[in-house]
Amino acid sequence: MKPALGVLVLVHVAVLGAGFFAPYDYAEQHREFPYAPPTPIHFRDWRPYAGEYPLRFFAKGRLFGVDEPGVVFLFGSDGFGRDVFSRVLYGGQVSLFTGLAACAVSLAFGLGLGTLAGFWGGWVDQVLMRGGELFLALPWLYLLLAVRGFLPLHIEPVEAFLLMVAIIGTVGWVRPARLIRGVVLSGRERGFVLAARGFGASGAYLIRRHILPMTFGVILTQATVLIPQYILAEVTLSFLGLGVAEPAPSWGNMLAEARQYHVLVSHPWLLAPGLATVPVLLGYLRIADCVLESTAK
Amino acid sequence: MKYAARRAVHALFLLFGISVLSFLFSAAVPGDYFSDLQLDSRVSPDTIAGLRTLYGLDRPLPARYGAWLASAARGEFGYSLTYHGPVGPLLGQRIKATLLLTGVATLLAWLVAVPVGIWNATHRGTWRDSALRLVLALMLSIPDLLLAFGLLVLAVETGWFPVGGMRSVGAEEMGAGAQVWDVARHLVLPVAVLAMGMLPVLIRHIRAGMSEAMEAPFAVSARAQGIPRRRLLYRHLLPAALNPLISLFGFSLGTLLSASLLIEVVMGWPGLGPLFLEAILARDFGVVLGVILISATFLVMGNLAADLMLYWADPRIRAGGPGTAAGGQG
Repeated sequence: MKPALGVLVLVHVAVLGAGFFAPYDYAEQHREFPYAPPTPIHFRDWRPYAGEYPLRFFAKGRLFGVDEPGVVFLFGSDGFGRDVFSRVLYGGQVSLFTGLAACAVSLAFGLGLGTLAGFWGGWVDQVLMRGGELFLALPWLYLLLAVRGFLPLHIEPVEAFLLMVAIIGTVGWVRPARLIRGVVLSGRERGFVLAARGFGASGAYLIRRHILPMTFGVILTQATVLIPQYILAEVTLSFLGLGVAEPAPSWGNMLAEARQYHVLVSHPWLLAPGLATVPVLLGYLRIADCVLESTAK
Repeated sequence: MKYAARRAVHALFLLFGISVLSFLFSAAVPGDYFSDLQLDSRVSPDTIAGLRTLYGLDRPLPARYGAWLASAARGEFGYSLTYHGPVGPLLGQRIKATLLLTGVATLLAWLVAVPVGIWNATHRGTWRDSALRLVLALMLSIPDLLLAFGLLVLAVETGWFPVGGMRSVGAEEMGAGAQVWDVARHLVLPVAVLAMGMLPVLIRHIRAGMSEAMEAPFAVSARAQGIPRRRLLYRHLLPAALNPLISLFGFSLGTLLSASLLIEVVMGWPGLGPLFLEAILARDFGVVLGVILISATFLVMGNLAADLMLYWADPRIRAGGPGTAAGGQG
C-alpha cells in the first residue's frame, strides 16, 4: 500500500508542479530540432551537462534548464521540436485530473441517486434502477463515444476538459449507484436505524447520521476502481480526436502522433505518455487490492 | 421455461428503451450531416433545406422513429448518408471482421485462463503465485493502446507479421488456402493484444472462484476420502466454482462486438470500430444508431445467455433463492 501511495503522490506532485519541473512550456517549439532523440546527460567534474552545455538549476523559475542555443529534451522531442518530457508533465494535468474530477462526478451522482433509490424505495427505486439498466446495456466505450460524438466536435481545450469530465462522470453513475443502493437498502433495516426512526428521527437526519457513514467503504473502493478507468477513458477519447485538442497536451492526444507507425518506429520516445500511465495504473490497482482485502476481512 | 421467457421479454424492453433514448438524444443534438455544407457559400440554404427534406430530416420525431423502426424490421436499420445505402448490409460486413477477431481472442484467452487460474489457485502462497500475480498486475496496468503500439513496432522491426489491416494487397488472386493463411497472419497481432487485455481479469476471477471452492467443507472431505487431485480439481471443484465464471463468460460473449474498438482503429482492422468512429466524425447518425443498437443487442443477449446458463447450471437459482441474475460488468 505504502509504495503504491508513494508512487501516486510523486506522479501527482510532478504533474501539478509542471510549471516548475518541466524545462519548457508545453507549446514551446524548437523548429530546428524536430524528432530529436533524448538528450544524453553526462557529468564532467561532477557537473551535469546536456550535450555541450552545462545544466542550470533553479534558473528562470524552473528546476533545470540549459542556456541557449543548447536544448535539453529528457524524453526527446516531437515533430514540432516540442519537449516531450515537459508535455508529458503538462499533459498529465489533463489526464489525471479528468480521472479524479469525473470520478467525483460519478460518485456524487451515484451517492445521491443510490441513496434516493435505496432509502425511499417504491417507484423512485424502480424508475432509477430501470433507467440505470439502459446505461449498463450499452458497451461503456461505445456509450462514451456516442455521447461525445453527438456534441460539438471542435471546441476550446478548457471546454473540452470540462465536457469530458461531465460525460465520463455522468455515463458512469450506474455502478456506484447500484452498490450504494444495496448498502442503503440493508442499512435501513439495521437495529439502530430502526430505533432512531422509532424515536422520531426525520429521514434527512437518518440519512446524514446513519446511512451516509455506512456507504463510505463502497465509495472508497469504487473510487480506486473508477479513477484509473476514467484516466484511460480520457486517454482513449483524446487519442481518437474527441477530447482535448492540440496544442494543449494530454497523454491521449500526444499518443495520436505515434499512430503513424513509420513515425513511431524511428522515434520510439513518442510512446513516453503511454508509459507514463503504467505507474499510475499500477499504483491505483495496488491500492484497490489493499482496500478490497481490508474490507473483506 | 417461464423464467427464460420472462428474461427474454425484459431484454426486448431494454433494447426498445435504448433505441428510443438514443433516437431522442440524436435528435436533440446540435448539427447534422448537412451542417458542414452551410459553411460553403456556394451552397444556398434552399438546397440544404431541400436535402434535409429529401432525407426526411425535417419530419417530426415520432414519424422519423416510426420510419426507422419499419426499416429496422426490414433489416436495413436506417440509411447511411455517407455510404448512400441502408445501414444493415454495411454493418453485416464489418460485424464478420470484428467477430473473427474477438472470437479468436476470446477463445484463446479462456483456453489459457482456465488452466492457469486453476494452477494458480492450487499454488497459493508460493513464490510462483507471487510472481504470477506481479505479471498479471503489470499486464493489467499496461494500456491496450501501448501494447498495440509496442507490437506494431515489433512487427515493423522484425518483419514477422504484417503491419495492420486484414488482408495483403492482391489477396483476391491467391488460392483459398493462401487467403486463409494471409488472414491468419494478419490476425496474430490484434488477437495477441486483445487476449492479453482479457487474461488478467479472467485469471483473477478463476483463481478467486477456485480458491473459495477449495476451502469449502465438501472439498476437504473429498480430499480426505482420497479422491485423486486432478479428478478433484476438474470434476468436483470446477463445477462448484462455475457460477461467477458463467456470468463472466456471458459478459465475454456480450462484448464480442465492442471489446476491440480501440485495437481495430490502431491496427487498421476493418471492423465495427473504425466504421463507428468515422460515422461519429461525419455526423452520420444512421450508422451511429445502427452500431449502438447492434452492440447493445450483443451485450444484452450475452447477459441473457449468462442468466439462462446459470439457471440451467445451478439448482439453487432454479429454486428461486437469492442471488438471481448476476449482471455483466464493464
